[in-house]
Amino acid sequence: MNIPPDEPIHSNGEINKFNWFLTGARGLFSIPALILMSSFVGFAGFAREAGFSLGETVFMVGTIWALPSHLVLVGSVIADASVLTTLIAVLLASVRLMPMVMAQLPLLKGKNTSRGTMLFLSHFIAITSWVFLQERYKQVPQDARAVFFAGFAITISTVCTVLVGITYVLAGTFPPILAAALFFLTPVYFLTSIWRAAYLISDKWAMGFGLVLGPLFHLIVPEVDILLAGGIGGFAAYAIHRMVLKRQKAS
Amino acid sequence: MIDGFAYIDAWWWPYLFILLIGWLPTDIWRALGVLLSGGIDENSEMLVFVRAVATALVAAVISKLILFPAGNLAIAPIELRVFAASLGFASFIISGKRVFIGILVAESILIGGSLWMGVF
Repeated sequence: MNIPPDEPIHSNGEINKFNWFLTGARGLFSIPALILMSSFVGFAGFAREAGFSLGETVFMVGTIWALPSHLVLVGSVIADASVLTTLIAVLLASVRLMPMVMAQLPLLKGKNTSRGTMLFLSHFIAITSWVFLQERYKQVPQDARAVFFAGFAITISTVCTVLVGITYVLAGTFPPILAAALFFLTPVYFLTSIWRAAYLISDKWAMGFGLVLGPLFHLIVPEVDILLAGGIGGFAAYAIHRMVLKRQKAS
Repeated sequence: MIDGFAYIDAWWWPYLFILLIGWLPTDIWRALGVLLSGGIDENSEMLVFVRAVATALVAAVISKLILFPAGNLAIAPIELRVFAASLGFASFIISGKRVFIGILVAESILIGGSLWMGVF
């Protein structure tokens, strides 16, 4: 991480908030941010191909700000799922945000950080911010972390939202093969980044089960395929995790 | 289109609908995370289970998008899509989990294969 050019901490010990905000904003040029931006470029093509309007696509990115939720929402629309199924699927796909917020927020909390600020910042917490923070928070003084993170989060979400709008419009002029490649970015990005984020054996088995059960249930019970694949696949993966734990304890 | 999108014929309805089935079920977990912060261990059994379900669900959507895509991607043959995604994933693993490498390989195979077969 680059140290801010102007002293971020004044000689009297006060935190220069503006400078820390800018330092956070410069995180736009970090590797996790660049990967996220390219996956949003892919998402714009994906949403367009799925039949969402420009306004709906941009609105979705700005308000939800969690690619798995976007993926499940648009994926359900493509599959003609019912409203209730979609709602439950989005709920299940984003439960992971709760432990993520619980793990990240204490890192950001300064002595004067209010609960309202925390609630606001929590909206921006997702996988990318987790990777970004994990690599940098130790270099930022505790009281400057909230504003540092706000600088990063607000900048990247604004840039991605605008980028999605521009790509959506441009995608209309792309030849079909490029539109197809753009759509393909989304599943490939998730395939790799979820495996990267998986650190327990249950996460890896869950991914394997989901990949196989999703299409399988699609052929048998298309109305509730991803709910069943998530529930049964997740349960089976957890059972394997328990079995491995038991064996480790026994030996 | 999902049935709810045409439920009310007004310009603002799709936006309200996105808030109801997209934003609300997502941000509710973030808000809960703030309220419960410090209360639950990230590696508790309950959360391990919850993460397994969420991962399996998202994985199910991924493979469905590769096998049954919408729009122009459906023009590319299914064998090519699966081959491109599999080799992309393999190169991601071999390269030491570099997401960028995986995407590059998968996209190159998809585009190169489509051009070679002349399907577009």
